[in-house]
Amino acid sequence: MIAEVGLALLWLAAALAALQLVVGALALRPEGRALAGLVRPVAVMQGLLVMGAFAALVMLFVTTDLSVKLVVDNSHSAKPLIFKIAGTWGNHEGSMLLWVTIMAVAGAFVALIERRLDEATLTATLAGQAFISLGFYVFLLIASNPFARLAQPADEGQGLNPLLQDIGLAFHPPTLYVGYVGLSIAFSFAIGALVTRNVGPAFARAMRPWVLGAWIFLTLGITAGSYWAYYTLGWGGWWFWDPVENASLMPWLAATALLHSVSVLQSRDALRAWTVMLGVVAFSMSMVGTFLVRSGILTSVHAFAVDPQRGAFILALLAIDIGGALALFTLRAGTVTEGKRFGLVSREAALVFNNVMLSGILGIVLIGTLYPLLTEAYGVKVSVGAPYFNPAAGMFAFPMFVVMAVGPLLRWRQDRLSGARSGRRLWPLAVCLALVLAVLVGVELTAHGIALLPALGLSVAPGLLLASLLPLRGRNLRRTPLPVWGMVVAHAGIAVALFGMASESAFSVERLAALSIGEAREVGPWRVSLDGMMPVAGPNWTALEANVTTRYAGGTPVQLHPRAETFTNPPGTRNESALETRWNGQLYVVLGEQAEDGRWQMRFWWKPFVPLIWLGGALVGLGGALALLGRVMSDIRRLVAKDKIAWRRMRQGR
Amino acid sequence: MKIAHLAALLLIVSAPVLAQEHVPPAPYAYRQLDNPEQEARAKALMVTLRCVMCQSQSIADSDAPIAGDMRSEVRTRIAAGEDPEHIRQWLIARYGDYVTYAPQVKPITWPLFAAPVVILALAALLLRGRFGRPRQTNDEGSA
Repeated sequence: MIAEVGLALLWLAAALAALQLVVGALALRPEGRALAGLVRPVAVMQGLLVMGAFAALVMLFVTTDLSVKLVVDNSHSAKPLIFKIAGTWGNHEGSMLLWVTIMAVAGAFVALIERRLDEATLTATLAGQAFISLGFYVFLLIASNPFARLAQPADEGQGLNPLLQDIGLAFHPPTLYVGYVGLSIAFSFAIGALVTRNVGPAFARAMRPWVLGAWIFLTLGITAGSYWAYYTLGWGGWWFWDPVENASLMPWLAATALLHSVSVLQSRDALRAWTVMLGVVAFSMSMVGTFLVRSGILTSVHAFAVDPQRGAFILALLAIDIGGALALFTLRAGTVTEGKRFGLVSREAALVFNNVMLSGILGIVLIGTLYPLLTEAYGVKVSVGAPYFNPAAGMFAFPMFVVMAVGPLLRWRQDRLSGARSGRRLWPLAVCLALVLAVLVGVELTAHGIALLPALGLSVAPGLLLASLLPLRGRNLRRTPLPVWGMVVAHAGIAVALFGMASESAFSVERLAALSIGEAREVGPWRVSLDGMMPVAGPNWTALEANVTTRYAGGTPVQLHPRAETFTNPPGTRNESALETRWNGQLYVVLGEQAEDGRWQMRFWWKPFVPLIWLGGALVGLGGALALLGRVMSDIRRLVAKDKIAWRRMRQGR
Repeated sequence: MKIAHLAALLLIVSAPVLAQEHVPPAPYAYRQLDNPEQEARAKALMVTLRCVMCQSQSIADSDAPIAGDMRSEVRTRIAAGEDPEHIRQWLIARYGDYVTYAPQVKPITWPLFAAPVVILALAALLLRGRFGRPRQTNDEGSA
């Protein structure tokens, strides 16, 4: 019953999306203007309906309804509740439903609260949003119905991959999806503005919080995903340049560029066409990423052929949405003027430079991710990984870091770096530069055999951190606006993460050891000993748990308990690593299998400053949140002030 | 004594047969080389080699048996003094280009290596179009 209700709700939502598109398109013509009032309520209703459909699917998973195919394939009655719920989006159909749900809810949200944009552009935006959603509804209803029933109910479900039975699954995919789909709003805004030829500061002001919000979620989603991979996969790696990771990185890069160019558009009315273009590109990257992942084409071109209907559908959707948007952009780009000009030494110029660098990294990641597909089509399988991505992306990243350090200190429009008064701004930068050079020399002298990129990262990071704090210099910290704090925190976060990455790559100590009970080993500054082994049981797994005593540099002992877990539904194993975090790094302990001689295979890593990677990511997200809070508060203040003025006028008029 | 010798010889001869029946011996799958410099060289190579049976994992990040075998192979060869790039070529000859995360310069991969250059050129063009007015002579790196 629940499944049928869910399916019906989904059909209704799809119908409303069609209505929203048609009414929105008609309302843009002079003769259809009367219909304009219909668009907002329809968008809200569509959001509510699809939320109902999603809730129905969650219910099916919670109650483990074994007559529904999706539940049987991906769930099991003996799973903990949280993983039953999270299992809803741990599969193709469910995650596509989550995608349209977030998309429709975001559309409803825009329809409810967006008042800054002129009505025509908003109507066009909502029509654009409906157009994209409609494609996904059709995809869901025709090619991946999540509510399909089995002719014969199964006795038990197949269960969920043990690697996914982690709290990470409950948060990571929804966070990323909110980010991806938030960018769909930016995309629709761009389309709306192109249709009504209304690209300017007002448009930028309306679009900015959405971009910022999506970007915060993307940042946090990627950071959390990286940490999840780090502690679950059991080999201490935190980024693999895996196509699935790249699929989330690409929208982030585009969104970061968009975020900065939309700020230029808002405050300086420059970079109009570029901003709109980035709005289109950012969401296109979300779609390319999600669909490449979901279609299975990335593991192999042949996996794509397994289900040609889905594959073809996906390609068609991509072509229609992205191609359509780009065609519209080309048609209208001529009428969107570039906006105000600016000098070579100015904050806009720095932002433009970094926009181009971010796009460069995006290009590298895109090409490196797609290239193996291309060669496979010619019958040659190649792999592209860190040895390609790191130097190629670094080529763009390091100049970007330099400009990022200087940019926030420059004035808008036109700045001069010569003359009497600029010395005051230049000497702190000279200090940063000296710091970078000092660290670089220090690293080269003391630590031999460090590769170029980690050495550069280690030396640039402290200078960048210091430079990112400089915009606060000479300000009254209490009166500094929140968005400025946001920028400072986010830029500092980049420096912190960079330091963590470089340190992890330069200084990690790896120790693989077969230990018998009572044996000890040195791991960098740590001494670890295997004290005992104990069987433990969880709700749907059994495990062996090692008792490992660790001491940092002869200090107080700390007990760690890495586990080797065995799952039965579906059968599988998982190595649950144990981590001990200190201010200067993390000890990573994994329990492997028992060797033939009875000793235990154990893996240890001492990774100096590795938590800074995720701390940095969290800081970047926090910076975004501060900026968003500042913007929303000033918007609210402006609205309140407007209301007050209107009220006073009304009173005086009486 | 002679019989013992013979037995030992037989054991050695029959070892490969036994190995094929059971799990192939991979002594260095989970064991590091004693020489830290050699181990570092082996590790640097292993992280750039793909575990051909896994999804997007290097042989240094995988529990799959084949990854263990390949680790053992790499460590043994490094210990024997072989050059890392030589080992990579040997693995490519065996498993194809798929095995290396460092793409090889070949006719089919040249666009991959041209990409950064092309993107740099595009970026320079874009930036020049934005700033390249004659009276300004600084380069944008100082912006």
